[in-house]
Amino acid sequence: MKGLKLPEKGVRSMSRQYETVIGLEVHVELATRTKIFCGCSTEFGGAPNAHTCPVCTGMPGSLPVLNKQVVEYALAVGVATNCVINQYCRFDRKNYFYPDNPQNYQISQLYLPICHDGWVEIETGAGKKKVGIHEIHMEEDAGKLIHDEWEDCSLVDYNRSGVPLIEIVSEPDMRSAQEVIAYLEKLRLIIQYLGASDCKLQEGSMRADVNLSVREVGAEKFGTRTEMKNLNSFKAIARAIEGERKRQIELLEEGRTVIQETRRWDDNKEASHAMRSKEDAQDYRYFPDPDLTPVMISDQWIQAVKDRQPEMRTEKIARYQKEFQIPLYDAELLTSFKEMADMFEDVVALCKRPKEVSNWLMVEAMRLLKEREQEPGDMAFSPEHLAKLIQMVESKRINRTVAKSVFEEIFFHDVEPEAYVEEKGLKAVSDEGILRNVVEEIVAANPQSVEDYHNGKERAMGFLVGQTMRAMKGKADPALVNEIVREILNR
Amino acid sequence: MANTISDETIEYVGILAKLELSSEEKEAAKKDMGRMLDYIDMLNQLDTSGVEPMSHVFTRNNVFREDIVTNGDDRENMLKNAPDCKEGAFKVPKTVE
Repeated sequence: MKGLKLPEKGVRSMSRQYETVIGLEVHVELATRTKIFCGCSTEFGGAPNAHTCPVCTGMPGSLPVLNKQVVEYALAVGVATNCVINQYCRFDRKNYFYPDNPQNYQISQLYLPICHDGWVEIETGAGKKKVGIHEIHMEEDAGKLIHDEWEDCSLVDYNRSGVPLIEIVSEPDMRSAQEVIAYLEKLRLIIQYLGASDCKLQEGSMRADVNLSVREVGAEKFGTRTEMKNLNSFKAIARAIEGERKRQIELLEEGRTVIQETRRWDDNKEASHAMRSKEDAQDYRYFPDPDLTPVMISDQWIQAVKDRQPEMRTEKIARYQKEFQIPLYDAELLTSFKEMADMFEDVVALCKRPKEVSNWLMVEAMRLLKEREQEPGDMAFSPEHLAKLIQMVESKRINRTVAKSVFEEIFFHDVEPEAYVEEKGLKAVSDEGILRNVVEEIVAANPQSVEDYHNGKERAMGFLVGQTMRAMKGKADPALVNEIVREILNR
Repeated sequence: MANTISDETIEYVGILAKLELSSEEKEAAKKDMGRMLDYIDMLNQLDTSGVEPMSHVFTRNNVFREDIVTNGDDRENMLKNAPDCKEGAFKVPKTVE
């Protein structure tokens, strides 16, 4: 059926107008050093089961003890998303059998989640809008199952088992893929600014499940919804929403019904398939976990979290314009990633040239990141080196063309620019005597250009400057070369 | 016994618990469950109005750990608890969702 186009149906569906209703369940892996209930490291990429203990492999008799930092992060996210805090909250067991879950239950929160009834404001082309947050709860991640290619068996790595997560459940308040992306970007920014997670979709530290239904415009009741899993990029999410919306509308147009089910999105095929339906819906038999004591959150604790809340994006944008005198456009771009904003502030503190720093980061750094399909969090160079580079350009020790290539070396290999320029002999030549000799040679070798110049072709001068720069291997001070060329031509 | 457990219920509970029960075991389990529910019915006769539901018997709250790594690589010992292992991983029957 895939790829089958039904244009007539498409036309017919125009008679009825549909509205898409979307709610999101977002899982975020918290940036703690240790797991939620044991002292095992959360470090990524260890040998299989290198970060495991009796607690996170579900051995009988082991006892979980809650990591306080998990509560701190969950509270910080709750406060930043305008949630009500459940000052008495506790953990529940969600029972199911699957080998990635060694206890045969996941410790989660059902009855008294830590935060509820919050909201975030999003902005799309259509304007501003609030998206409600139904609840935020704390829970543990599961292990990783690898299906053996040679033998009829599966292999389990419990390094991820017990890594702390928060699940942020939105209200069904979104109506389009654009709103969903805006909501996710908003959440990601808030959480990154709080330092609660790096929120990388590709690496799975932020995962979104999309609950989607359609209904005729004006209808009061929601349609039957499906839940879509396995969405690991913003693009995949947008495509999956579009695909599922179409699929549901086509079903309804054909007089069929949408079945409540969980579907798995395959981004390569740009299609989804049913994983499990409501008929074999799981009966999780939740009950309070007797091994974990309830968590009491005092007013003072909430106040302390509020007091520690870092400067968020909106405040930063305002401060950058005021304190650093940079345009709104720059401030918005620099703050769109916490790591970019941090880098900006670090470099400015060293060289005191905000607009210069902003230009290097917005143009050069962003370009290199884009080329490599990396995110600002992947920048690994020292702020000192960029600050030094900016000073070298300012004092004309190197020209801008050379500076760009040195920046790439800083960006990729974190070279110390002074030593690098010295070693490669890239220092700007501003010795007038040397430059004058070179220009004389170039002018003598290009009589046609000289004639063109005198006939009013300004471009001819540009050519001579370019030839001089080339002869100097790009190291000459271009302003000075310009001056000398003009002077010699007008002799 | 006031509570009788239907065949469907015991079948369903068996599926949830991943247990395959013989017909004798099913009959025995039905009886046990019926007796358990009778006991719960007895508790339900108590007047609990004004009594807060209790989930924990301890009087302590807020038992926390600091976020400090205390466990090293102990996978050899961990894998000793595995029914079988391969390439440093727990080996289980093929499971695909």
